[in-house]
Formats: sequence, structure tokens, C-alpha cells
Amino acid sequence: MVVNGALDIRVPSDVQQIESIVAQVVRRCREHRFDGRQLALNVPVALTEALSNAILRGNGDAAGKSVRVRAEVTDAWLVLEVEDEGAGFDLAACTEDPTTPENLGREDGRGLFLMHALMDRVERFRGDGNVVRLTLHRR
Amino acid sequence: MSLQVSKHGDVVVIEVDGQLIVGNRQELKQRVLDEAEAGARKVLVDFANAGYIDSSGLGVLVSLAKRMRELGGDLRLANLNDDLQTLFELTKLDSLFQIADTRERALESF
Repeated sequence: MVVNGALDIRVPSDVQQIESIVAQVVRRCREHRFDGRQLALNVPVALTEALSNAILRGNGDAAGKSVRVRAEVTDAWLVLEVEDEGAGFDLAACTEDPTTPENLGREDGRGLFLMHALMDRVERFRGDGNVVRLTLHRR
Repeated sequence: MSLQVSKHGDVVVIEVDGQLIVGNRQELKQRVLDEAEAGARKVLVDFANAGYIDSSGLGVLVSLAKRMRELGGDLRLANLNDDLQTLFELTKLDSLFQIADTRERALESF
């Protein structure tokens, strides 16, 4: 659903949904002339991480749950909100540095780091559920 | 995502077409493990036709590289575009993998 220029959809909590959601958001960013790096790297990777966290951690990979995605795109910025049904988490405490020698060989632990690295702002708060908000200014 | 597998001498080349992300990473993992089970010890993952990679995709590559080294082999990468190269630099995984500009250079490096 698109309301007042913003995308607002609720999808089943399933990682197979991620690519199509990302494609919708990237398409809207392209319409607002975000640059190539942002379209190919920043937006798809950060949004995939947020959705993956919401589905696998927030919702515990449970069938029957859902994820709400809101995206507001203008010529100046993108604001994404990904909401799951989980209890939430401490964003600062859960964000690790995967580039340290002891963490470099780990298979996991890069998701929140990449969100911070690829977005201008990352926030987490309680809405109706647990919300992660990502903000990126257009280059 | 789809995977194209070919053999060049004793090197198994796996070309990733599309995104390597949480929803499909197991396909790549299983394919490489199957090749290793069949005796392959040199694996090249070619990203010439790849889209973006998320942390799960990166994690699978780390896991597979570790497994291939345990088996006495190696897993190397080729054809990262500028965006993917940046992703590997951000995560410092460019220091963990041998990455070649082209498939030919990667094959010569084994």
C-alpha cells in the first residue's frame, strides 16, 4: 500500500519476502535519483539486514508472524522503518565490531555493523511492535 | 540467485548470478560442500554477475573458506564490482580472502 507517497506494507515473516521488498524500495529510491552506490549497496544491504533481523530474531523465524515495512522517500532522504513482533533489543549493546582480529573469522555478527556503516542513522524504539528505523540522505 | 558450476583443470568455478543473501545462502553452501565431498579442493567463486551480498552471504563465504582450508584446499573470489569490493573492505574481509580482478587471474593464482 502507498499512502501519501510512502510505502507501507505488512508481509509474512519469511526471508523469501526480502528480495521483493528490497526491490520495491530501491525502485522508489531510483525514482528520486539516489546515486548508484546507494542503490546497489547502501539501501539493499542495510534493508536486507533489518528485515533479516526482524524475521529471524525479532519474530524468531515463526510462521504466522508478520513484519511491517514503511519507506518514505524524497529527493533529500530515505527513511525506512521495519517493525517486528519481538520484545526489542539494545542496539548499542548488540552491535559488535566484526573487523577485530578475534571476530574477523566469525560467520555471524556483521548485520548491525553493516546497517550502521551503510546508513546515516540507525535507531530502535517501541512502536506497536519493535521498530528499527534507518535514515539515509541522498547523495 | 542461480549458480553456474564449471571445472577448469582442478579448480571448481561457481558463478553467482543475483543476490547472495539470507534466503538463498544455503544453496551456495551446499553446492560447495558437495563439490568438496566429491574431492574438490580448489574453489573459485565468481561474482561477475552477482548483485548485492548481505551479512549472511558474507558469513557463508567465511564458513566455506574455513572448511576448504581445513580440507587442505582454498576458496578464492573473483570479479567483485566496486560496490562489493567496498563491502569487503568495510568488513575487512578483503584481508581474509584472496580476491582477483578477473577469473583468469584467479585461476592462475591457484
